[in-house]
Amino acid sequence: MNLTELIIKAILILVVFGVTLLIAMYSTWAERKVAGFIQDRFGPNRAGPGGIFQPLADAGKMFFKEDFIPSQANKWLFILGPCLAILTALMSSAVIPFGESIRYEDLLVPVQGIEINIGILYIFGVVSLGVYGLMVGGWASNNKFSLLGAIRAASQNISYEIAFGLSIIAILMMTGSLSLRAMVEAQHGIAWNVFNQPLGFIIFLTCAFAECNRTPFDLPECETELVGGYHTEYSSMKLGFYLFAEYINMFVSSAVIATLYFGGYNYPGMDWVRETLTGSLGAATGHNLATLVGTIVLFGKIFFFIFFFMWVRWTLPRFRYDQLMNLGWKSFIPLSVLNVVVTGFGLLFDIKYASWAIVVVMVVLAMVSSARAPKEVVQPQRS
Amino acid sequence: MKPTEILFYVLTAITLLSASFVVTARNPIHSVLALILTFFTLSGHYILLNAQFLAAVNIIVYAGAIMVLFLFVIMFLNLKKEDEESKTTITKLAAVVVGGVILVVMVAVFRVSTMATYNPATYSEKVGLVENLGMVLYKDYLLPFELASVLLLVAMVGAVMLGKRESGDRHY
Repeated sequence: MNLTELIIKAILILVVFGVTLLIAMYSTWAERKVAGFIQDRFGPNRAGPGGIFQPLADAGKMFFKEDFIPSQANKWLFILGPCLAILTALMSSAVIPFGESIRYEDLLVPVQGIEINIGILYIFGVVSLGVYGLMVGGWASNNKFSLLGAIRAASQNISYEIAFGLSIIAILMMTGSLSLRAMVEAQHGIAWNVFNQPLGFIIFLTCAFAECNRTPFDLPECETELVGGYHTEYSSMKLGFYLFAEYINMFVSSAVIATLYFGGYNYPGMDWVRETLTGSLGAATGHNLATLVGTIVLFGKIFFFIFFFMWVRWTLPRFRYDQLMNLGWKSFIPLSVLNVVVTGFGLLFDIKYASWAIVVVMVVLAMVSSARAPKEVVQPQRS
Repeated sequence: MKPTEILFYVLTAITLLSASFVVTARNPIHSVLALILTFFTLSGHYILLNAQFLAAVNIIVYAGAIMVLFLFVIMFLNLKKEDEESKTTITKLAAVVVGGVILVVMVAVFRVSTMATYNPATYSEKVGLVENLGMVLYKDYLLPFELASVLLLVAMVGAVMLGKRESGDRHY
């Protein structure tokens, strides 16, 4: 690896890091705006036009608040908790391919932090470590509510990780590689995985909600039962780190969903765009511009999924804890195993859309069971 | 020294330090956290040996799942300082004897065994990558692999049976 490549790579990594932080920062603003829109009010609109400087004001507020450590808390672990949370959240964006490649003279540098042939396993590893931040912080607070929140977070993450992993296996079988770049390249044009793997996509999306501790699965910070959950005792920027880690996780999961199921930087007509641009602007500039278009498309998909996360949060109520566990263990794990088996049959007999069979059967079953269910008799209200 | 050598020595130092902290730490939570750090440095060693798949799986399975459960259980038990004193002399003596025996066994093994060597001419650096590992596991070692998976399945079914609530049991 020579010096130019190294410099381009370093700039890329810094840009990815900065963009992650920026998007996480403005997600807090976007979340409040979306909430405002859905609840028919304005949302933040004081700091700057449309409240655009609200995240800066919030960050300033966070820094100037009193940084309080409870006297009975385990001091070092109390500090370690939020640090771990934000560290693991930031680590996972390293393997996501954000674009094709940058051409500099004869050098082709892929727009990706690191290309390893086990990219998806790396993401799994980092995601499974994310729970330590919550557990350590919740335990170190020396507070019953924090501890309960931490334990809920841990059991929820472990339970949903299984379905999370199993839902991806179908995609691994179709691609034949663990590398995220190979998976994206297999979805060239509009051959996106979501058309072959609808069930896997639904399971993955729901598990991503559970892994990010977002509503309807935000039981670790369920304020009606646990005050504030694992971050009850936190204040100042430590609390800020926890909240920020959640938004970074949201961004990374959106990026992973877009990469795995929605073709990453692929879009219909990408070959035509590339040829036209390289034909009219020269090999290097045209190539880089085409890459940029792909990256913008990918970010469009990511923003849609971030919006989807917020949409669900302000629409659905929270699950009960036993409902959460039943959904994870009794529905998603058997369904994802079934999905793996059916996809395997599909690959064996060369039927590409085999996974749709499960979806059709499930929809028919749901309709039949709802039709057979006894109708509720409407009781007239007595006054 | 080459950069990889420096990396190796630094990793080894951290591994040994954190591993000894696992044993000496008073607080079981500190002990578990040190054990997680040990698993991380072991994964670092795997990466130095160019076994990326093994490194990732080590982190996912041990650091990501098993140690979370350890932490989980220890947090529930909430071990206090008083439990430390309840250990009798005979328990401590038994622990020392068992540890010493294991040390003797390890020393004996290291004295007889020879270190495996490799031939730089025929060595392929891709040997630890996931494609080759899959080929070896599913072609040359298919039976042991399948037996191990059946064993895990049986263990899982057993755990479910033990954890299952019978009809007359108390509802917690």
